[in-house]
Amino acid sequence: MSGKKAVAPLKYMGDLDYSVVQQCMHCGMCLPSCPTYLETKKERNSPRGRIALMRSIADGDLSVTKAFGEEMYYCLGCLACTTACPAGVNYPELFENARAEVEYHGVLFNPERRFWRWLTLNQLFSKHWMLKAMGRLLWLYQVSGVCWLVRKSGVLWLAPKNLRELEPSTPVIQRHFSDELIREQEDPAEVKYRVGLLTGCVQDLVFPDVNRATADVLLENGCEVTTPRSQGCCGSLHAHNGDLDQAADRARALLDRFDLSSLDAIITNAAGCGSHLKHFSNLLKKDPAYADRAAEWDRKVKDISEWLVEIDFRKPSGVSDEAVKTTYHEACHLCHGQGISSQPREVLSSIPGLEMVELENATHCCGSAGIYNITQPDQAGKLQKEKVACIEKTGASQVVTSNPGCHLQIQNGLGDSAEVIHPVRLLAEAYRKEKQS
Amino acid sequence: MASHRIESSNLVSRLSSIVGKEDLLTEPEDLVPYGFDGTAALKQSAVCVVTPRTVEAVAAIVSLAAAENIPVVTRGSGTGLSGGSIPVDGGIVLCLVNLDEILEIDPANLTMLCQPGVITKAIDDAAAPFGLFYPPDPGSMKISTIGGNVANNSGGLRGLKYGVTRDYVMGMEVVLPSGEVCWLGSKCVKDVAGYSMKDLFVGSEGTLGIITKVLLKLVPRPKARRTLLASFDSMEAAARTVSEIIEKQIIPCTLEFLDRKTCRCVEDYAKVGLPTEAAAVVLMETDGHPSVVDEEADAMAAIAESNGAITVEKARDEAHATKLASARRTAFSALARIRPTTILEDVTVPRSRLVEIVSFVEETGRKYDLDIATFGHFGDGNVHPTILTDETDTEEMERVEHALSDIIDKTIELGGTITGEHGVGLAKKPFLPRQFSEASFSLLRQVKVALDPLGILNPGKIFDPAGEAKS
Repeated sequence: MSGKKAVAPLKYMGDLDYSVVQQCMHCGMCLPSCPTYLETKKERNSPRGRIALMRSIADGDLSVTKAFGEEMYYCLGCLACTTACPAGVNYPELFENARAEVEYHGVLFNPERRFWRWLTLNQLFSKHWMLKAMGRLLWLYQVSGVCWLVRKSGVLWLAPKNLRELEPSTPVIQRHFSDELIREQEDPAEVKYRVGLLTGCVQDLVFPDVNRATADVLLENGCEVTTPRSQGCCGSLHAHNGDLDQAADRARALLDRFDLSSLDAIITNAAGCGSHLKHFSNLLKKDPAYADRAAEWDRKVKDISEWLVEIDFRKPSGVSDEAVKTTYHEACHLCHGQGISSQPREVLSSIPGLEMVELENATHCCGSAGIYNITQPDQAGKLQKEKVACIEKTGASQVVTSNPGCHLQIQNGLGDSAEVIHPVRLLAEAYRKEKQS
Repeated sequence: MASHRIESSNLVSRLSSIVGKEDLLTEPEDLVPYGFDGTAALKQSAVCVVTPRTVEAVAAIVSLAAAENIPVVTRGSGTGLSGGSIPVDGGIVLCLVNLDEILEIDPANLTMLCQPGVITKAIDDAAAPFGLFYPPDPGSMKISTIGGNVANNSGGLRGLKYGVTRDYVMGMEVVLPSGEVCWLGSKCVKDVAGYSMKDLFVGSEGTLGIITKVLLKLVPRPKARRTLLASFDSMEAAARTVSEIIEKQIIPCTLEFLDRKTCRCVEDYAKVGLPTEAAAVVLMETDGHPSVVDEEADAMAAIAESNGAITVEKARDEAHATKLASARRTAFSALARIRPTTILEDVTVPRSRLVEIVSFVEETGRKYDLDIATFGHFGDGNVHPTILTDETDTEEMERVEHALSDIIDKTIELGGTITGEHGVGLAKKPFLPRQFSEASFSLLRQVKVALDPLGILNPGKIFDPAGEAKS
């Protein structure tokens, strides 16, 4: 490569094995799968375009610039490209290291952005007690009538634009978090497997019922369930947002909470977390104290539907008099990130009383993409609209999905026209009905 | 090449006044991703990229380029496999993806008129509701543009029965190197008015004009299809099967093969259940009237069996057919993930010589100690020797060069062609003079000079301009 310019040394991308970028043969098969390329039809907004930029940086032909930083954050990280890629490019690794490089070089710096990153990544999502405390306050705000008052009074017009736009989509915080709903250890009638249950961060506050339902279906299937207290964020939020060092800290913290050798599997029910949780060994490969455990961890982490199918879960019996028209949205980080597509459908098809209708473009991103709907509201809004239109076409009154981000994004888009629900909630409900009858 | 440089910002502002700021890219972060196409190990940085939305804008850009003597490289989705749309140093990249409308479907005349940026698959999808069919199906059809297909005369899996892109082009609108816009061809099945000029532009790789509209022929959509997968312990047995099928006057729409190495890689990667001792796997598909396809499928199975096939599987239903076809469909994916660089060749020989070229490629791999697997289209003699290598390893790349050169020579010796469907572009430019006699090679140059006397359209692709040193 001639004409190399002197550029600031690379911290994260410099560590990357060059063959990872080289694996992209720029064939273009990723283009039609990429929501941002389809929007702009500009190569830089496509996976192979982004990889070309990363490669230019790795080659020293391009420095880490603001435009590069913006491009890395325009990417949803939906990983649809990894499903389309014939060459098996490890896009998640490239993308996370590129974002980390962007943060390291500070090319997107501004004081407001720094504050929000500090508040979320360093505080709320690193210290679970703090997130829970904030959750409590938010819960009070929502149940006390203040929320109603704020919305009716129009006082929000005094708030900054971002906050004003976000307020209506604030998730509803539940009264009881996971630790109050699930005991540290729960035993089935007969123990066939021993599993650890991950309760997450947002899931813990907003969907603790999904965590409870997960424990219920595990117990029904002979799994002894161990649920360490107050687990907090797994670090996927940090890794996806360019903070690999804190992501590694979060991974270590989580590894310390589980006695891995005594467990057959670690169960997650949030797709976005799962696709990150299965790659701790990548994050900790240079940490001799954790590398081996991380590799074992990666092997044992299972999405709940993946695990259920693997252990040949018990199909609930009974018939339902009324069929509920139901459709399934595939969370990106389940189908693209973990290659899990048939298992949730298998779980759903076992449940009496569901009339399943296929969703057009079920594997297309809904625009939630972690915090993308906050950082890139326009693009996220377009994808949300497309998703809602496809759902409405099915005429389903129930949309099943396995990720809290998708859940909130789709529910916000749908309003009251259909209900979004996690597949384990339906399975747990079916087991319950079985007992009642 | 001094005249080929865009140095004056004046030019940028003139381009901007034609297409608008949104459709003119000049920043390095925007340009880097246009420095390559789907070809391995080739790149050249672009100086500016324009993405016009009207034919008038295309004509204005070409007029401007002609006035300033600046090269123009046309591209669509950039999936080409010969480097044909790689930028020319100092030139404009004219990207036509925004000209992406289907303008007319005419079921009475079985034609479709569309802009060049329409995705190939979208054409067949749009034809389907009318009970019509657009057969050419290059591997990249989900993203390749019809303009690129026409400019490269792309093939696909259905070549044997249905032909290639050229067989479906009835007319086109072209912007000439002078900036003039002209129409060639018509909706008439019979049309002998003057030279068949449209045919000159099919496969011209952007060196003669810029295709801005394409009039395509459609055919009735086949009502049924049957799929079979057979494996053999030698390529010869597979070849005998294929010959006998064609002798029996069965023309399958698909006759694809995988060689021994590809079979192993596919089995490792996709676990489709290919026998480990298989030296050749052949995917056969017949389409047409339901009763005819059943009869043909049975006959093909019997022929395979009588030629000693190890296994013959007939698809029970659509899902099973998809599963059988996945052995061929995953071939490239299975190979591409083995090494960092994947070089896909597309030499083509007369069908009767296919076994010879496949075994020659195998020998060549051994001779130069390279990983080469071959798959391709048995029916039309188009093979894809796929070299798995690492472009950063200069010593190995040297051996790759030698192997390629040997394969090319053997192909020509067997009466074949250096490229069946990918085009010459940059990747096969050095080999073209080996295939062509002096007279036929100079004919190419004469045509180029007659149409593009300034040499501004995709210069240096297919062959070097007269008077310039061969690269």
